[in-house]
Amino acid sequence: MLLEVEGLCVNYGRIEAIRDITFSVEQGSVVTLIGANGAGKTTTLKTLSGLRKVRAGSVRFQGRDVTHMASHERVPLGISQSPEGRRIFPGMSVVENLDMGAYARADRAKTRSADLERVFGLFPRLLERRDQAAGTMSGGEQQMLAIGRALMSHPTLLLLDEPSMGLAPKLIQQIFSIIKEIREQGTTILLVEQNAAQALKIADSAYILETGEIVRTGTGRELAADDSVRAAYLGGDV
Amino acid sequence: MSFLIDNFVELTVTGLVLGAVYGLVALGYTLVYGVLQLINFAHSEVWMFGSFAAVWVTVALGVAPGSALPIVIGVLLLALLAAMTVSGGVALLLERVAYRRLIRLDAPKLVALISAIGASFALAELMGLRDRVAGWLGLRDTLDPYVRSARDNTRFRNPLETEGVFSVGGYTVTNVDIIIIVSAILMMVALDQFIRRTRTGRGIRAVAQDSEAAALMGVNRNRVIRATFLVGGIMAGAAALLYLMRFGVTRWNAGFLLGVKAFTAAVLGGIGNVRGALLGGFVLGLAENYGSALIGSEWRDVVAFLLLVVILLFRPTGLLGESLGRARA
Repeated sequence: MLLEVEGLCVNYGRIEAIRDITFSVEQGSVVTLIGANGAGKTTTLKTLSGLRKVRAGSVRFQGRDVTHMASHERVPLGISQSPEGRRIFPGMSVVENLDMGAYARADRAKTRSADLERVFGLFPRLLERRDQAAGTMSGGEQQMLAIGRALMSHPTLLLLDEPSMGLAPKLIQQIFSIIKEIREQGTTILLVEQNAAQALKIADSAYILETGEIVRTGTGRELAADDSVRAAYLGGDV
Repeated sequence: MSFLIDNFVELTVTGLVLGAVYGLVALGYTLVYGVLQLINFAHSEVWMFGSFAAVWVTVALGVAPGSALPIVIGVLLLALLAAMTVSGGVALLLERVAYRRLIRLDAPKLVALISAIGASFALAELMGLRDRVAGWLGLRDTLDPYVRSARDNTRFRNPLETEGVFSVGGYTVTNVDIIIIVSAILMMVALDQFIRRTRTGRGIRAVAQDSEAAALMGVNRNRVIRATFLVGGIMAGAAALLYLMRFGVTRWNAGFLLGVKAFTAAVLGGIGNVRGALLGGFVLGLAENYGSALIGSEWRDVVAFLLLVVILLFRPTGLLGESLGRARA
């Protein structure tokens, strides 16, 4: 297993944001966490990146205990995240943002042009905008930049938090097909989504979070076909 | 009014000299603010310690004014090195003692500010009582030239004699004027390049723009914070030597007013904005000089702070506005 999360509990002050969640991510797969707003999806990803303190439980990555490791130490291990709300550096250009993505890599100078080429290959739009200040780009372009930036560190595990949020339907399709492409290139993906229909379509396995707890597990296909899941998360029809 | 017109060139040059010092000290406030959104109130003492380091180097070397040029340059460079080292060291010490724990605990900014004010008083008094400290250590006699009359002005004997270089508009611009203004601009350019081009510089910008996103990129925030304090301290050390070359005296509590002025310059230029710091320094230095020429030199500080109030009323983000984070610098 690439990632094993066991009995994870995280608090915000005295409020339990996630409670005793256990799941795992297999190398080479796409795993998705779906659920309503406030279910604890984003908290889970933040915790995996070391941005939230763990109250109880453990996180193992490639067999190594990283539960209490600092954020910046996880990036060189191969955990990278495209966070909720994109969080690109608004005052930096597109290329500078991508360079920030490679910040933790010791050999970044050697692989820089190949890495940029790969990202521009996935997102040709970014090449057109390469010297534009990232803060002045559209939401969709910023989302592409956030994903591209996360790829610059050569992650083994890519955490994607709501990559489709606020995007036009056509763009959503595009982002999901790129996520598939990234997986085909060999990167394992843990995807958090409110757009459950799309997420289940590409996921090998899926977990449903409700108020901080995992309530359902299955393959993407199983959950997408399940009546109660359809009613609760897929708005009836897919 | 006629006094202002008759002495316009002199007021301008000395205003720029003063502004250069304000600007370099302002960098320390602006950098730390950019990264931590925190006013490092004790930065004035970082400057003050640097000024004493510069004085003590010249005392120790005992070079008289008018020595051969290579010696003069050597002494000044040593004084610069000492001032930058001591100021940088004090800045790092401040980060360690007055801030680090509070930052880790995510304490309210007000708590950090109070801690900074306390550190500022403690450092100033430590310098003002250095004769006692030397006494406890049994070094009162050995260190006499350095700790004598600890609460009075301490003179800096500039090994470089002030000489006129060229005259314009009835004022003779001196070698010291030129050195100060040019070095301030050069240091500013160097810092700008450092922030733009180096890995640490990018880390500083990233933390300033979005500290959590920076952590996701693998930026070690604590290291960036230390680098920021160190760089600000080094700039303050350079400012200390330049100040002494022009104004010739320092004092255990000289940091206070200079610090408030430099902070004003930082806010004037747009706090968090590196280029704004130097601009704010120059604007403040010039305004002080022109203002005191117009209504009397006892109004100097009133002019400076009135300018601050007026600019903030009409442009709350300062002259260049954008912060270290937002600005494309």
